[in-house]
Amino acid sequence: MAKKQKPKLAVWKFASCDGCQLSLLDCEDQLLPLVGQIEIANFPEASRAVVKGPYDLSLVEGSISTPHDAERIHQVRRASKFLVAIGACATAGGIQALRNFVDVKDFVSIVYATPEYIDTLTKSTPIAEHVKVDFELRGCPINKEQLVEVIGAFLQGRKPNVRQHSVCIECKRRGNICVMVAHGTPCLGPATHTGCGAICPSYDRGCYGCYGPMESANAGGLSLVWEGLGANQSDLVQIYRTFNAYAEPFYTESRIHESKEH
Amino acid sequence: MKAKSIKVDYLARVEGEGGLYVKVKGRQVVDVKLKIFEPPRFFEAFLRGRSFREAPDITARICGICPIAYQMSAAHAMENAFGVKVEGPLRALRRLIYCGEWIESHALHVYMLHAPDFLGYEDAIQMAKDHGDVVQQGLSLKKTGNELVTLVGGREIHPINVRVGGFYKVPSKGDLAPIAEKLKRARDAALETVRWTSKLPFPEFERDYMFVALRHPDEYPFNEGRIVSNKGLDIAIQDYERHFAEEHVQYSHALHSIVRGEGPYFVGPMARYSLNFDRLSPLAQEAAREAGLGPVCRNPFQSIVVRSVETLYACDEALRIIEEYAMPEAPAVEVQPRAGNGFGCTEAPRGALYHRYRLDDHGIILDAKIVPPTSQNQKTIEQDLWEFVPKHFDLPSDKLRWQCEQAIRNYDPCISCSTHFLKLKIERE
Repeated sequence: MAKKQKPKLAVWKFASCDGCQLSLLDCEDQLLPLVGQIEIANFPEASRAVVKGPYDLSLVEGSISTPHDAERIHQVRRASKFLVAIGACATAGGIQALRNFVDVKDFVSIVYATPEYIDTLTKSTPIAEHVKVDFELRGCPINKEQLVEVIGAFLQGRKPNVRQHSVCIECKRRGNICVMVAHGTPCLGPATHTGCGAICPSYDRGCYGCYGPMESANAGGLSLVWEGLGANQSDLVQIYRTFNAYAEPFYTESRIHESKEH
Repeated sequence: MKAKSIKVDYLARVEGEGGLYVKVKGRQVVDVKLKIFEPPRFFEAFLRGRSFREAPDITARICGICPIAYQMSAAHAMENAFGVKVEGPLRALRRLIYCGEWIESHALHVYMLHAPDFLGYEDAIQMAKDHGDVVQQGLSLKKTGNELVTLVGGREIHPINVRVGGFYKVPSKGDLAPIAEKLKRARDAALETVRWTSKLPFPEFERDYMFVALRHPDEYPFNEGRIVSNKGLDIAIQDYERHFAEEHVQYSHALHSIVRGEGPYFVGPMARYSLNFDRLSPLAQEAAREAGLGPVCRNPFQSIVVRSVETLYACDEALRIIEEYAMPEAPAVEVQPRAGNGFGCTEAPRGALYHRYRLDDHGIILDAKIVPPTSQNQKTIEQDLWEFVPKHFDLPSDKLRWQCEQAIRNYDPCISCSTHFLKLKIERE
């Protein structure tokens, strides 16, 4: 009976839509084989059973946006050997980081009749702003094949094979005709982190940056191309200010165009 | 007298964060609070100043389980504001992608989240050790739903192909042929699911609910219809706010909904089914009858059977749509923004999802209101517990706690949606 213990997996949720952790349950073909290799020790969306930590691998979904969560993430870190932040909320603060550009009190009073019942932070921030993160998996939502790769890499003690280039390269590989060059459709593909499979251009629409900026993205150059295609300053503010608005250089680029608006 | 409480600090197998607190004095329940502590994300606030074109993609992010519902309610509200009607094959494609979401979401709840309660397992993975074929069937049904959403929408979570006016790209008839084969197998699996769930042990529990759902002249409702109840309500979608109100209570980040002057109500599969049984396909009606369901179901524990009947219907309806489909000439209808108000209400897997937007003449959002199904059900869930707990006082605390959790999961609550919801605590005095 004293077989080698399976590594323990925990899934944690902070401010989010649940979509990224759902990706794990959406691995319909891999789910049952996976639980042969790993013990799902703490995953409230899937199970009421909780196995005590410490955990070998923690997947963290969501951003930090309340005083309570800012405390809780430290407990999660202490209980985790490896911590992987999954999705745009956990890696960039998510769409709820749009509060970071305004006075959050104004937001609370728009939605809630009794604002004093609401305890929230002025900013929604990524996990790495609070604790050490061992790996970040991008996307709104994450790509489930990449999630399986990350878990597999962890099980084998190697670095995850997750590409870092732009959506453009993925798009070319799919053999798409460039929507920006051929159709004049504004596209964030040249500045956006790969991983989605270049879905939007494959459906005749421009990329809207849901995987966030790639490393060393030339957002300034891309904005010039957009302006050439007719985008005005307020369009540029909005396009950088969605699901990864708080990630650089999208953050700074939207600020630049905001200052030009006035 | 000694105080006793049932407390579930973090409710499992629901989407999002919430808890339950029940306080009992002697043999009387004195307090029930469904607590939703999912952090608020303020969607209605940051939608202000955004273009109408962005609303489907932004509001999808309220919920990773039912993004299509958000996209559909948002798109229909905008089209309502601009006086646009999407008809023919584009309208049919919208029903088709919604079928995919119902199959995926219902299969997730029936097999992964709810069934383990009836059979005494902590989760579907433990259930799979004894009921491997059943769980496998659920996973494959769910997979077909996801594949349908992916085919029409680009990906299963936060699909990218839905826009105000229609789609960015539409499939050819040939593109839909492979999924039709899978849907035929899914329809058989869904029929099996209805039969299997109908044999689960159901606690005896019925209440005279006020059911609220859409009703359409000739279809089981997805995107259109009037908002009706079994207590005489029959209104146009745009009159929603005149008849329904939201309240902010201290212990919940999700606003509580009531029917003005009447009180709590019930949305979701059981409401939809009980108000629209006659609109189900003959196959779904027959399967429901065979499973022992009448045209109205009032036992929320049987919602698992109703969800299975709806899954069967969604497979059947998807196949009908694919069969009759002819590729439209354009992927979308032209949309010209104008100032005004737009109203949309569609049937998310968990029930009616209402959106209202006020727009300027460039289609910029001035004001938004979003009422998700789970926030509408909060009060009804609490009322169920007020009645359920006293009938089961003699159960050991652990068992009672688990049954309370199950009573909440009857509603497939989506907490992520509702805050825009579970800890369980029962205190005995």
